[in-house]
Amino acid sequence: MTASVIKLATTAEDHHIARMAALALGLTVLEAAVPSPLPGVKPGLANIVTLIVLARYGWRTAAWVSLLRVLAGSLLMGSFLSPGFFLSLSGAVCSLAILAVSQHLPARWFGAVTHSVAAAYAHIAGQMIVVYLWLIPHAGIAYLFPIFATAALVFGTVNGLIAARFMDNTQIHSLPLDGGGLGRG
Amino acid sequence: MRNALESIKPGDWLVLLSGAIFTAWLAATLWHGGSADKAIIRSGGKIFREVPLSRDTLIEVPGPLGLSQIAIHNKQARIAADPSPRQYCVRQGWLKQAGEIAICLPNQVSVELSGSNKRYDSLSY
Repeated sequence: MTASVIKLATTAEDHHIARMAALALGLTVLEAAVPSPLPGVKPGLANIVTLIVLARYGWRTAAWVSLLRVLAGSLLMGSFLSPGFFLSLSGAVCSLAILAVSQHLPARWFGAVTHSVAAAYAHIAGQMIVVYLWLIPHAGIAYLFPIFATAALVFGTVNGLIAARFMDNTQIHSLPLDGGGLGRG
Repeated sequence: MRNALESIKPGDWLVLLSGAIFTAWLAATLWHGGSADKAIIRSGGKIFREVPLSRDTLIEVPGPLGLSQIAIHNKQARIAADPSPRQYCVRQGWLKQAGEIAICLPNQVSVELSGSNKRYDSLSY
């Protein structure tokens, strides 16, 4: 009897996506340790990775990274197929839909902050739709919209700034100028 | 953080501004209780009287423990006196916006402000 070996053919792009998704997963796990004042209000640090991937490698790769992160993150957290998982998924899908549009904005005027804030608003919109249609079908959740919108604005801006700074620094780093690098900022 | 602001492009400012305006608009529309124009006074679960807030008045409402006094003054209402032991409803003070309610539980008296458009008064799921 011979041992059968199943080998999936993987491309360099697959490996790259996996690496980026793993990075995003690390941020997801890190963030889970941070206490949140209200369920659902989270910084969403993993989206920094999505933003950078979007700018560097395009929307398709960003979608892979984002959705893999949601799936693998829920497996790590033990929330796969729980309401929290579907909230993450709907948020990620809506964010990606907005990013598919916003990435076509002229890069001269609109940077990572725009994409981040737009995606953050899409994220809470997607979550609120699921919450309303499935979890809490009551108009009373409208009272929470301003809180979530404020969180989206703040965290969207912060994440966008981090992504933009990261990309600025790595651009400088690749040129023969003074050493910027990742550790700074 | 030396030049964090340099990472924000002109269009980004526009997006941030519209985001802030949108959020403020959400808060203004969703958190605004609406102005009240009448007070609904209940005793033992039944409507005792409905009075407009436009006229200052003092109303005595009978309950199992005795009389509760409800004062209406300057488009606001409060429970001015009540025989309840803990006086929670009295200490609640003036009610101003539609949907606000003060309940004196032992004496089964409540006053609720209502506006032209009635909002939900309790949430449950």
